[in-house]
Formats: sequence, C-alpha cells, structure tokens
Amino acid sequence: MTILLPGLLDTDAIRKDFPILDRTVHGGKKLVYLDNAATSQKPRQVLDVLNEHYEQHNANVHRGVHVLAEEATALYEGARDKIAAFINAPSRDEVIFTKNASESLNLVANMLGWADEPYRVDHDTEIVITEMEHHSNIVPWQLLSQRTGAKLKWFGLTDDGRLDLSNIDEIITEKTKVVSFVLVSNILGTLNPVEAIVRRAQQVGALVVVDASQAAPHMPLDVQALQADFVAFTGHKMCGPDGIGVLWGRQELLEDLPPFLGGGEMIETVSMHSSTYAPAPHKFEAGTPPIAQAVGLGAAVDYLTSIGMERIARHEHAITEYAIQRLQEIPDLRIIGPVTAEDRGAAISFTLGDIHPHDVGQVLDEQGIAVRVGHHCARPVCLRYGIPATTRASFYLYSTPAEVDALVEGLEHVRNFFG
Amino acid sequence: MYQDVILDHYKNPHGRGLRDGDAEVHHVNPTCGDEITLRVRLAGEKIEDVSYEGQGCSISQASASVLNELLVGKELAEAQRIQETFLELMQSKGRIEPDDAMEEVLEDAVAFAGVSKYPARVKCALLSWMAWKDATAKALSEGKTA
Repeated sequence: MTILLPGLLDTDAIRKDFPILDRTVHGGKKLVYLDNAATSQKPRQVLDVLNEHYEQHNANVHRGVHVLAEEATALYEGARDKIAAFINAPSRDEVIFTKNASESLNLVANMLGWADEPYRVDHDTEIVITEMEHHSNIVPWQLLSQRTGAKLKWFGLTDDGRLDLSNIDEIITEKTKVVSFVLVSNILGTLNPVEAIVRRAQQVGALVVVDASQAAPHMPLDVQALQADFVAFTGHKMCGPDGIGVLWGRQELLEDLPPFLGGGEMIETVSMHSSTYAPAPHKFEAGTPPIAQAVGLGAAVDYLTSIGMERIARHEHAITEYAIQRLQEIPDLRIIGPVTAEDRGAAISFTLGDIHPHDVGQVLDEQGIAVRVGHHCARPVCLRYGIPATTRASFYLYSTPAEVDALVEGLEHVRNFFG
Repeated sequence: MYQDVILDHYKNPHGRGLRDGDAEVHHVNPTCGDEITLRVRLAGEKIEDVSYEGQGCSISQASASVLNELLVGKELAEAQRIQETFLELMQSKGRIEPDDAMEEVLEDAVAFAGVSKYPARVKCALLSWMAWKDATAKALSEGKTA
C-alpha cells in the first residue's frame, strides 16, 4: 500500500539519484537508511562532480599560473559563491571553508579567545549556551571558559524538549559576550526560537553564534533573516562529501577578529619578524583547503536548490508528522523531544521500554534498518531526561512513509524479541 | 549474536545487586553509556563474591551475570585463566570457533563467540570482565597495604 501524504516529494525519482539506497544488507534485506542526522547519502550529481574534479581539474588553488591551477581555483571559489547564495550571505567573502561544523565552532571560540576589546572574552565576562547542544557546541566553549576565566552559563530544557527561556534575562546579561545555540537539535529534533534569543543578545551587545548543522540540510537557511553574527554547518549532512564545513561570519567581525590557524594562503606578506594577513575569508583558511570537497559541496547545494529547500522542508514535515503518529502506536515507546511536528526537525529520538538502545539498534540492523543509538554527542540531554541513551531515526528528502512503516514493524519485532 | 543463553542471563541475571566487598570499581563504556559498579570480596586466594549493579545493553548485562556464575567460588589463578580465555575469544573477530576445551573453561560464556564479530559490541561484553580485573587488583593491593 502506498501512503500519500500532502507535501511529499516524488521520492521514486529522487531515490534514483542515490545509488546506495538500492543496496541490500544482511543477505538480501532492503536497506532502510534512517541515520540521516549522522550523515546523509550522496547523489550521483555530487559523486560525478567529485570524480570529474580529480580526473580533469585537480591542482592546488590560488597559486600556480597553469591551466589546472586556474580551473581548480575557479571551481573552489565558485563553490563559495554557490554557498553564499544558498544561505543568502550579503557577501561571498563572509563564507569560510572549514573541515566540519566542529571546526567552525572551534574557530569562532578561538577568534574570540585571542580578540582585543570590544570582543575579548575574559574573567569578567560570560558565555551562554544551552543544555541541548551537541558536544561540538559545548566543549569549545568550556575550553574558552577554562582558558579565560569567563563564566559558562546555559539555558535548561522543558519536559517537552524545548528550551526553557523563562529566565532569559538572568541567563543573558550585560556581562554576556557570546551566545551560541543550536538551530535544530540533533537529538531532540527541536527547532529553537531564534528571534527571542537574538533580541535579548542584541540588547546586551552579545555576539550570536548559531549551529545550523541540522538545519542547513533540511530547510531554507537565510543568515540575514537569522540576524546572527556567525553560523556554522557541515557539508556531509547535506548531500555533500565529508571533510568540508562552513563558517559564515559578518564581514566587519571577520575584519576585526584575529586569525586562529597560521600558515600558507592566509597571509599578505611574511618576514622573519612578523606577518600581515590576507583579507577574509582567506585569513581563516590556512594551508591547502579541502578543494574537491568544497567543489562537491557546491554540487550538493546545486542539487538541493534544484529540488527546492521549501519543498524538502515540507516533505520532511509530512514524514515527521506521520512517523510521530505511527511511533506513538507502539506500547512503551517514549519520544524524547517534542511529540508534535511543529517547530521540529526530522530527527526523532525515543526509548522503548527497558530495552537498551544498543539492542534496539542491533535487532533493527538485522532487518536492514539503519538507525543511530547512544547519546548522540549530546550526553547532557540524556542526563536531563534521566535516560542512558536513545534510539534515533532521522529522515531526509529521500525518506518514504513505507520506511516509517518498516521502522514501526521492526520495532514491534524488537519488542517481541526482548519481551 | 543473541543466543538464548545470553537472553536468559539478561532476563534472569545471576548475583545482581551490590553486596559487601573488599574493593569497588565503576567502569563506563563512553561510546554507548553502559555503566557498571562492581565489587569483589576475597577470602585469601578464593573469590567469595562478585556483586554488581549497572545499566546497559543485553550483552553487557548478560556478560556480568555469566561472570558472576563462572567466577564466584573459584581460586584467583583459575579465574584469571578464565578471564584471559574470554578476552582471547572476544578479541578474535569471530575467527575462533570454541572447541570442547574452551567450552570447558568458559561454560555459558562461549555463547558470546558470535558477539566478537561485531566490533562495536565487544566492549559491551568485556565491560564487567575489565571491571572485575580492576577490582581484583585493587582488592589485592589494598589487602597488602592494610
């Protein structure tokens, strides 16, 4: 039976672009890939561009006057243009390539750690994060706090998996220098209310950093509408290759803030005594960058744009709504996070009675169903809800209602197996 | 992987709960959050009790139950030999097919042979065994200094 939901994409057509989705596992079982929040699969359009890059255009960038060097540079910088357009950046020079979102967030923390006034983070200042952050948006700030003496504060969570902003004026104060939070939680799926946080941060003159790793692949991302100062995301979750991430930052901040990594490519002139630096974004891209990966991410952005981010968001909303409804039919299943598809992404975490998520994941895998189990690099969330770990199913543009049904059947099998 | 023996131990664990001991350790598996608190009580060279409390997957919990059943009442030297044999089996990546001699040493623990094919799960099976080794060393060294 084919289930029709309003807003669904033509997944029959889309799935033809992803060769891996045809795979079978464990002796002929059809692969049901529901681990998209960990990484997405790659369409042929991206794989072809990667292949063509290495077969036809491979060279280092920004140096050399030969044909290949010029082609590689044009492709690498062309990818920057595509990403700038994808996130509606006012200028292409605000797009810094990194290796992943973790590096992007560490880069911001280190820019601020070495900055002069008015950006300096020191023992008289405060850093604000939230309890639902991925470890990549916790640990860099803990390090900065330990090294500078700045106080680390955070927003707690409500029982239904939302940010508790009831004490926002006590958390974000005149001492706050930076507020860094996730746009869509990788474990709870929650879409956070950016406007309220940004408004308060702007009142006190704090910088705003947004971790958009779970947003950029799934919905239109407009850095100007967010009104943030920095936005971080990674390529491999949005149909791009791994090894490429993005940090977008406001131009005047990138001009003012100091570089972090030093080396080739980020300089203007170098003497044995001192150096001057290239303008952004190159100031923050020391060394040979991930060239093919950036080009691949450009192709991924082309692919996503050709389908349309609004349409992808609508598709995932429909799938998420259906999945939440079906999962709640399973006895003893508890969703950790919002139990509505409103203001929510397509990652759904849950526990299943007393059955440990490791066992859930293993028995699902035996049926060809790939989910993620564990604390999802967000251990404070598990502590908050008093659970050791969760099982997480996460959907993408190629996910189908039939795959939701397969998951539900698989979970029934898990219950019988351990019941 | 999920042999009946493993599921039986998971559903009806032997010796679960914390009782008096000479030493206590707490071990965690950071990749999945499995945890165990384990105590060892010795009488000279003999293991009088291994008690434990923990949370985790069926593999880690069943393994602790099997450990309790196998090691309580044994002399330390023999227990060590059992632990080393189990470690060898679990690190075999599925290449060891337990023979009669191994089965005689490991008894129910041979059921974990299949787990050794799953690298992500080997740590689950070994969690309690590493905790036992650690707790025993601690009990022995504390016994000497006391």
